[in-house]
Amino acid sequence: MNTLFQNRTEPEEGEHAVIEEPHAGGDSARGIHVFARLRRRMQTCSAAAGEDGQHGHGMLCALPFGVLMLFGFIVPLLCVIAFGLMPSHTFSLLHHMPTLENYRVIFTQSYVFSMMKSTVLAILTVFLLLLICYPLAFALAKVFRGGATFVTYAIASSLFVSENIRLFGWVIGLMKGGVLGGLLAKMGLPVDSFLYNVPVILVGMVYVYLPFMLFPLALGLQMVPQEVREAAYDMGANRWQVFRMIDLPLSLPGIMIGSILVFVLSIGALAEAKILGGQKIVTIAAEIETAFTFGQNWPLGSALATLLIALTMVLVFGALKKVDFESLLGRKAEGQS
Amino acid sequence: MNVTGRQRFGFSAYAGLVLLIFYFPVFCITAASLSKKRYFSFPFPASDLTLKWYHDALVSPQVSQYVGVSLRVALLTTVLSVIIGFFGALAYARYAWRGRRAFQRLVLLPLFFPQSVLGLALLMWFNFLDITPSWITAVLAHTVWIAPITTLIMSIQAYSFDNSLEEAARDMGATNGQILRWITIPLLTPGMVSAGCFAILLSWGNFALSLFTTGADSTLPEWLYARMTSGYQPIIPAVGTLSVLLAIALVFLVVGILSLRRRNAAKPAASTP
Repeated sequence: MNTLFQNRTEPEEGEHAVIEEPHAGGDSARGIHVFARLRRRMQTCSAAAGEDGQHGHGMLCALPFGVLMLFGFIVPLLCVIAFGLMPSHTFSLLHHMPTLENYRVIFTQSYVFSMMKSTVLAILTVFLLLLICYPLAFALAKVFRGGATFVTYAIASSLFVSENIRLFGWVIGLMKGGVLGGLLAKMGLPVDSFLYNVPVILVGMVYVYLPFMLFPLALGLQMVPQEVREAAYDMGANRWQVFRMIDLPLSLPGIMIGSILVFVLSIGALAEAKILGGQKIVTIAAEIETAFTFGQNWPLGSALATLLIALTMVLVFGALKKVDFESLLGRKAEGQS
Repeated sequence: MNVTGRQRFGFSAYAGLVLLIFYFPVFCITAASLSKKRYFSFPFPASDLTLKWYHDALVSPQVSQYVGVSLRVALLTTVLSVIIGFFGALAYARYAWRGRRAFQRLVLLPLFFPQSVLGLALLMWFNFLDITPSWITAVLAHTVWIAPITTLIMSIQAYSFDNSLEEAARDMGATNGQILRWITIPLLTPGMVSAGCFAILLSWGNFALSLFTTGADSTLPEWLYARMTSGYQPIIPAVGTLSVLLAIALVFLVVGILSLRRRNAAKPAASTP
């Protein structure tokens, strides 16, 4: 305390001399006053940031990640946006005038429909996953004890197997003469292939993105304090009322994170529609890939990608603002803020 | 809520059903890999059971070449993401600094992003810089996606970090380097191990980013995808099954090691009051 006080008074006198030179009388007195206040404000600021130079340490530690993001994420995205403004079938960002021609093509041709189809598929996936995962997440967070760990590992380990291997499992299961078809045929129900239609694409998406919904939901439900639920039951609330007025609002962060995550991942989904859907549905990601490979039209692909980026970013920024990730990651509520 | 036995049974049955459907494709792949026939049909007689395709997969020079590329990418990605994530987690959770909230948003951004678009963006960026894509550019792409994940995993550990340990070391005259070496790194080691596992497995299984950024090199998932869409052979489900088993084995190994460490760490702490 003592040193802090000395620090504050000493420089103040030093400044006194500097400021008094050009000005005269009351004007300089006010200047000194303002300066002293500013200095005090700065000192309380740095005291709040931690006296051992936490600010500097934090900046330094964030540096490697920041550099990676700058050159591996932000600049490449700017690159996509810039390419989307180039005339079609060009492969360089230089020597061309920017144009909005690609966007005109997108909005006057069938690309709009691909965009809509992808959006609808993504919304359906989110909706189905909420229905499927909520009871399971509830069981993980509130009902199971040892079993929860087992279910968690059983589902999490699937994340580490390439999604196209797992989707290929569905192909073998659902193709003509495959596992399901063969079993049904044995029981006297000969069926043709289950593959290559819209519901099966949906099955694939629900399957692949299930962990991304389940774990945020379980995290969110874990944050619902048991005492609050018990109090509600004691006061005579029924199960539906507890769900609607306690579980649902208090686990909303988890629900939002899961939904946004699944939506964003499934709107950019490529493999599901290709492997399970044949060419029945052309998703926006498939259109982008075609523009880059067969179409050899980078600017068109980039413009499509830009629209996709814009859509996801609006959603993500809107939702993330409302969620406190620190408490989700297990920060203790008191103390550090 | 006190869950009644019947409700508990209902939840267990539901979880069992979800797991059963969830593992249905794995069962299908395993079945296909064990069938002698080139063209799979189910059910097949027990006389058709064979391990031939596994043998073929293990001796195939082609498969081991793709495994080599995948391993190189996964290992380098893991090293990079654990190092970057270690410091990232300190900035995320340990220090109070002015840009922290913005930094926390930045960490989440690549995760809430379609991977195929990220892969394309990087491809165009490499093209702009006149860099020929190869497995090394794939490492960069994987790191951009995986470093945020390792950062978050280690942040969980860093939140429960006891700041007074570092301060005590500093009071006793330790330099910044010594504090890092003897206090910070050992305390965050469990987080580093699980982050490293996530990194190696996620990179190993990744397809969307590799597809755009490996150039002439090809990882195992890319090769499998190419053979799935054209030129099916039973060696493909065999390789698929092997990679599933590998992932499960690694998960159990790490869970085992971590719980063993925790038990050992708990013992001396329990004996001293």
